[in-house]
Amino acid sequence: MRFTFDGRELHGEPGDTLAAALLRNGVRVVGHSVDLGRPRGVFSAGSEEPNALVRVGADPMLAATTVELYDGLEAWSLRGKGRVSLDDVDERRCDKGYLHCDVLVVGGGPAGLAAASAAGRAGARVILVDEQPRLGGDLLNSRLLLDGAPALDWVDALDLPGRVLTRTTAVGYYDHNYVVAVERRERGDRLWHLRARRVVLATGAHERSLAFPGNDRPGVMLASAARTYANRYGVRPGSRAVVLACADSGYEAARDLRASGVEVAAIVDPRPEGLEPGTLAGHVVTGTTADTEGVLTGVFVRDLAGRDDRLIEADLLAVAGGWNPAVHLFSQSQGRVTFDGHLQAFVPDVPAQAQRSAGACRGLYGTREAIADGHAAGAEAAALALGTTVAADGFRVPGCDEPALRPPAALWHVESTSPEPAFADLHRDVTVADLARATGAGMRSVEHVKRYTTAGTGADQGKTSGAVVVGVMSALLGAVPGQVGTTTFRPPYTPVPFATLAGRDRGALSDPVRTTAMHDSHVARGAVFEDVGQWKRPRYFPLDGESMEAAVLRECRAARTSVAAMDASTLGKIDIRGADAGEFLDRVYTNMFSTLAVGACRYGLLCRADGMVFDDGTTTRLADDRYLMTTTTGNAAAVLDWLEEWRQTEWPGLDVSFTSVTDHWATVVVAGPRARQVVAAVAPDAVDLAFMRYAPADVLGVPGRVFRISFSGELAYEVNVPWAYGRALWEAVLELGGVPYGTETMHVLRAEKGFAIVGQETDGTVTPHDLGMSWIVSPRKPDFVGKRSYSRPDTARTDRKRLVGLLPDDPAFLVEEGAQLVNAGGPMLGHVTSSYASDVLGRTFALALAREVAPGDRLTAVSGGAAHGVTVVDPVFYDKENARRDGDPLEGAPPPYAGEVRAESPAAAFAARFERAGGQAVTLREVPFEPMWEVRGDDPGVGLRLGPSWWLVTGDATPRPGWVDVSGQRTVLELSGPSAEDVLITGCPLDLHPSVFPGHAQTLLGRTSVVLERREPGRYRVYVRSSFARYLAEWLLDAIDAL
Amino acid sequence: MLLIECPHCGPRDENEFHYGGQAGIAYPTGEVTDAEWAAYVFLRDNPKGWFRERWFHVHGCRTWFAAERHTVTHEIRTLP
Ligand SMILES: [Zn+2]
Repeated sequence: MRFTFDGRELHGEPGDTLAAALLRNGVRVVGHSVDLGRPRGVFSAGSEEPNALVRVGADPMLAATTVELYDGLEAWSLRGKGRVSLDDVDERRCDKGYLHCDVLVVGGGPAGLAAASAAGRAGARVILVDEQPRLGGDLLNSRLLLDGAPALDWVDALDLPGRVLTRTTAVGYYDHNYVVAVERRERGDRLWHLRARRVVLATGAHERSLAFPGNDRPGVMLASAARTYANRYGVRPGSRAVVLACADSGYEAARDLRASGVEVAAIVDPRPEGLEPGTLAGHVVTGTTADTEGVLTGVFVRDLAGRDDRLIEADLLAVAGGWNPAVHLFSQSQGRVTFDGHLQAFVPDVPAQAQRSAGACRGLYGTREAIADGHAAGAEAAALALGTTVAADGFRVPGCDEPALRPPAALWHVESTSPEPAFADLHRDVTVADLARATGAGMRSVEHVKRYTTAGTGADQGKTSGAVVVGVMSALLGAVPGQVGTTTFRPPYTPVPFATLAGRDRGALSDPVRTTAMHDSHVARGAVFEDVGQWKRPRYFPLDGESMEAAVLRECRAARTSVAAMDASTLGKIDIRGADAGEFLDRVYTNMFSTLAVGACRYGLLCRADGMVFDDGTTTRLADDRYLMTTTTGNAAAVLDWLEEWRQTEWPGLDVSFTSVTDHWATVVVAGPRARQVVAAVAPDAVDLAFMRYAPADVLGVPGRVFRISFSGELAYEVNVPWAYGRALWEAVLELGGVPYGTETMHVLRAEKGFAIVGQETDGTVTPHDLGMSWIVSPRKPDFVGKRSYSRPDTARTDRKRLVGLLPDDPAFLVEEGAQLVNAGGPMLGHVTSSYASDVLGRTFALALAREVAPGDRLTAVSGGAAHGVTVVDPVFYDKENARRDGDPLEGAPPPYAGEVRAESPAAAFAARFERAGGQAVTLREVPFEPMWEVRGDDPGVGLRLGPSWWLVTGDATPRPGWVDVSGQRTVLELSGPSAEDVLITGCPLDLHPSVFPGHAQTLLGRTSVVLERREPGRYRVYVRSSFARYLAEWLLDAIDAL
Repeated sequence: MLLIECPHCGPRDENEFHYGGQAGIAYPTGEVTDAEWAAYVFLRDNPKGWFRERWFHVHGCRTWFAAERHTVTHEIRTLP
């Protein structure tokens, strides 16, 4: 396999890591350190690597020890840290997935394999994740025989149940056994969200180094890594080695290095006895020498008494400093660790979740004992998850000839007179001298020392340095490591790119976009959109390159002098029904609704308990026991939740229920003195409606609803048709002369009338009285939400900010929204909330909240360093006597609209793409229109149960009284095929296993709420709100494409 | 990501829910002093340990329910 390193062409072998391939080519210096710029080489053979950091393609920083070599790989050395290149195009597509299991086993070494096997034999649903490309853990790196055969034969003979994810690193362990793992795939990472009843951690152990002068030179390597390169990759990491064996694993490394042809010049063991003849027992390494490139040439060795001082020529120093159980995930799960004096390491103590550690990650380093422990842990986990008892399963621990291990030397730091720095953290260039400065400055906490020195804050998160830092600190402080403790282990265990976290939720899919039935028309007309919540709303409709200012003036003029039309489908619409509906509304609105006549509309304000305005809108009485509430676009969901909260938690005795019909109805506002001409053609029955009245009416031959409500002061109708006819209605209204206008014009028109907008004039600190709307706060009602707050001293203050109008001195000057209002250098009196140029006023004007001002007062509006004089006026600028609301009389008898009226389903535009995306694995289609109803109260005996006393009935049913027609509220997408579930798990957090999934559920898919129904194995229906249909269609197509 | 047991739907991920704050805060009826009203509107307990709180299964069955959560361990037990 050809690859390049810093532009040099090199050759590696299949199965190599980049680090192995570099060593194979004799590359000793892989990079330079972050702070001191010292040459550094490969130090480890795994994800704990602190030194050999490289850039590979678009990945700015990877450990060369974790990069699998591929033909054509291009790598560059780094100085300790990477930098994202904005020029690199990353073609990879990351994804995510949700999986559930009875037993999750993290780690595919001897203990983890035995655990997974045992849990599977016990009948549990098992997931096994392992970081390496193949299973075996440390068995991959050793020459160990199990039952007299190569250890990997034992691995291959295991029959592993469930899902085995290799190349997958568990990076985070969160509450309630939620484990997040990253699977490395060529086409892009997959972030797995795993939820397990029980977790077995078999994460192994990391070898550690110790601090001695010159311990960072290329050629100084962990002994386990040296052995891994020799055994697994057939690469000699040096030609003449010194092995520093603080732990017995150093002897195994020495033996394996010899077997691969490396000359072992000496084994240095600080303990009094060596395991081999010729061992320099009772000796330590006191320093190193290097060539001009900084690569190791020799090792200074001295006995502990300081007598025998010698330099041994070597190009490899294999350091076996002892082992640290990898307690990272255990600690992340909030488990407590304790210092084991025998092992000289921190080991798991009390777990905090439904979890157990097995094997080397709890200090059981022997292969046989790890296998036995793993098997016991797996069997126990399965029994606890399934509620059974542990049963014998015929499992046999294989025989193996490992010697028993002696305790390691409790040695963290070698004192020496050498001028070379002794490093505790190689990645962060933190030396023993740095740690001494920290403790010398009075720091005692390992957390403080970490922050002061940055030890442990590198990309490796101190995997090889943490124990050394604690050991050195304990020596400096005269304590034992158990007293010093560890720093907090935080996710992620290994670095995770943001692209991996984002997955497919990027670009157009980063946040759902909600669209109305008229969206394609708006796009075709060149509308400029604005985001309102998740909705795309046309802000204005420029003609022939018009500026926004010109377009808005023109649109306003049309609404004030002729007829204009706006897509108001985004307003929240809530069907409220029940015998106590009126009583309920009286309790949540500040004004009365129980006395409203059937067919009448009334404007209302909703306030929170603190008395502050929360939302507004008109509510219409459709029948004695039935109302339709409208809400602002951005607050629709919050209002529905609010109503539900009061009904369920405070007034459960009231007979009232709420159904969102926001997406069921498409709404066109027809406004202007000539609106009657247009309405006469599209909804002739409604043309004579009185102001603030409603009528069900035939609209373009379709059953619709017309309301005579005005937010502009002009004659206006809100015409509603079911979603599928929304576009046809819009096109008809425009064809009949309606000038399309957007939200900006809507804002100007209402401001000219002094109408406040929730969220623009209000900010959660504004009462109805502050808005000058005391008239809407009923003095007669005994109570409503917020009422008691109006007599609190603060809300009753007379010097609160109030809504006022402003006229700038210069009628052409547009005061900036948010500008501060001051009076002759005094304190701030308020701020500008809205500011526009008005066609009908022929000048600019503004609304503001200000205290202690009165019409006629002169103020200064200050913003961005500019100041402009303004005069306070009444906030109603236009038509104070409401003379315009009835418009012009009908001229002649306009003929009914004769154009085509075509129904269009919410995902109609996707039909061809759905067709093309289909294949053997999965197909996607929009289910043809079917009527749907939401049913509250008693079980209708048909349909899908959505919640307590709540059903969705679809298809061929005869609606009964009280059923709410929601046919247009949702559309149904159907996903079928053997890979349907593979698509769904990329965005649905539910467990879809047949033993768990009840057949249908309301849940999340992607970033939207859905009803998910399994019609039969491999065939799912997704009921999605019509406004989210495009988002979900794009999301599903993307998911299928990413399969 | 907590796993919260909805009394109707069973265990679901936390992001299907809205948090509703401390449970058992009754809406005051009758005459209340300014201080009592302010306590209802603004004051909530913040214990270290078990805490009775409300959850709303907003992306599921839309049921409000109360559960006890341990604010240190996040252990959750549902209430009848
Ligand atoms: Zn639920």
